[in-house]
Amino acid sequence: MIETAFTPFQSLAGGVLIGLAAVMLMGTMGRVMGATGILAGILQPSNLSDWSWRVAVVLGMVSGPVAVLAITGQFPAVQVPVSTPMLVIGGFIVGIGVTFGAGCTSGHGVCGMARLSPRSIAATLTFMLTTAITVYVIRHVLGG
Amino acid sequence: MRLFVSYLIGLVFGIGISISGMANPAKVLNFFDIAGQWDPSLAFVMGGALIVTFVGYRFVLKRSGPALASQFQLPTRRDLDLPLIGGAAVFGVGWGIAGFCPGGALPALGTANPDVFVFVAALVAGIIAAKTLRAALAGRASPTITPTL
Repeated sequence: MIETAFTPFQSLAGGVLIGLAAVMLMGTMGRVMGATGILAGILQPSNLSDWSWRVAVVLGMVSGPVAVLAITGQFPAVQVPVSTPMLVIGGFIVGIGVTFGAGCTSGHGVCGMARLSPRSIAATLTFMLTTAITVYVIRHVLGG
Repeated sequence: MRLFVSYLIGLVFGIGISISGMANPAKVLNFFDIAGQWDPSLAFVMGGALIVTFVGYRFVLKRSGPALASQFQLPTRRDLDLPLIGGAAVFGVGWGIAGFCPGGALPALGTANPDVFVFVAALVAGIIAAKTLRAALAGRASPTITPTL
């Protein structure tokens, strides 16, 4: 377990930028800013023009920490209090869940909730609950 | 033009994820650890993103269409079904184990942290496995009966 500082201002500013990106993607490309959907469309391309904008968005995302490095002089913190086998298991489970659930934190939690979509509200409440239960079980029942 | 704009939008998203703490599994897991090292920061991420998107979508979706594409592509389904709820529940278990969600992990690749590549490789494998499984299920049992909640 790693202690982290409460950062309301940075987190709010980050959230505002995430929201701005979602609004801009809808205003220009007419698309939902969902990491799952954008990634899935890269893995299973329908045509070149659809594939290329998705790749451009992901390249932009990957440039985010580099821009932060250029502005502040350091990369954003990525602290992983999880073993490599658990990262593999967790990543695989996330991949299965977001495919059947048709979305993740960005697609359902931000874009869908902002449209008051009943499916997204139900999905977000469900994954927030099961994430909290999983963290509780791992940290306080199993004692990881 | 479409590619340049898409890149810039991804960049804004990636900077937002970076400074919000969503790319940091320690912070994400502590948000959910209410009984332990609780760090409520991520509520501010969600709150900020939701308010901006809620207000911004009102203006954008009033227009006749997006600037660089022919039409808005919005999900239209409103029913709740088992794949949606079950998938979301499974996603939460994985998120709770690893601390990365897809939107947090993709920008985090830019830090070149090897753990992020491990997670994203497993995420991609999971997406491909689930798509293969879903295609196999659809092929075997057509017409499909979708259980609705």
